[in-house]
Amino acid sequence: MSINIFLSIIVTSIATYISRFLGVLSSVRIKETSKIFRWFNCLAYATLAALIARTIIFPVGVLSEASYLSRILVIVLSLGIFFITKKNFVYPTIFSALGMALLNNLI
Amino acid sequence: MIKKELFFKGYKSILKPDSPAIALGCCFIAIGALLKNIGFNIQESIFSTMLIYALPGSLVMAESILVGASLLSIFIAVWFVNARLYPMAVSLFPLMMDERQPKWKYYISCHFIAVSAWLIMKSNYETIEKKDRVDFWIGIGSATWSVAVIATILGFYLSDYLNKDMLMGLAILNPIYFICMMVGAMKTVQVTLAVTLGAALGPVFYFFSPEWSILLGGLVAGSIAFLIGEKNVN
Repeated sequence: MSINIFLSIIVTSIATYISRFLGVLSSVRIKETSKIFRWFNCLAYATLAALIARTIIFPVGVLSEASYLSRILVIVLSLGIFFITKKNFVYPTIFSALGMALLNNLI
Repeated sequence: MIKKELFFKGYKSILKPDSPAIALGCCFIAIGALLKNIGFNIQESIFSTMLIYALPGSLVMAESILVGASLLSIFIAVWFVNARLYPMAVSLFPLMMDERQPKWKYYISCHFIAVSAWLIMKSNYETIEKKDRVDFWIGIGSATWSVAVIATILGFYLSDYLNKDMLMGLAILNPIYFICMMVGAMKTVQVTLAVTLGAALGPVFYFFSPEWSILLGGLVAGSIAFLIGEKNVN
């Protein structure tokens, strides 16, 4: 088992580093003012948004046990706090953790 | 070598109000606890965060180990889920490329590409001269990386004291932080469209293919955002 864990870590880190490394290799030839740079910028933001939406709507792990309603309520309330506090990042994130733990027991 | 002044300027960015330290720390506490529960020892947990340093990749690895998947299938699954790091690198590193800087800095520091460090660099790079940006980036990356490693250790030892409600709170915190960061970054037509379309299309594509949903959703949403944005500028 232990050998498997060790090999899994190595395999996972190689699979992760490949994308980062290839990204740097491609960056050498791309100018920050070029169209292709702007396209990749859009791709990066869109992929991140897709990943985050997926984590919340189709979660894996412990979040999958929380109801849809509680997850959506936490997001809406946290975003509300984010705007009320003039885009402060600390308050909404701390609220979300407490809110999620509380709502999970209520809803 | 690395300019100390710039490195520490980057390192200190985790102390700012928009710092990812809390969100990042909490989610790696959850990872530390998860790794312990699936049978990792402390050394393996630390090494996995140090070497992988990408949350979705660690989650996929943990799930795969639980179901007894082969090394090849772990490789493919992780490569898929972490392929987003490629466009992230391509949309960040051209901002730092400078001929006066040695190449090794770029090859090593690309390991720090993760949502948190990427978002901080994106919102701060304009304040730093181009030739110094890579040193600043190494500072940011080292800071977020060390937070992740320390939090993994904490999570590993705290795992017995964390109940399900607490783990749920820790798990939601990170996506909420990223949502706020993304909403905060929506300053141009392109980025605004990319974020909103990506958030909508990612889950839609999930119904057709869970493995491809992030990449396909990102590719389609990002390309539409790019085309509309370019048309708007012209």
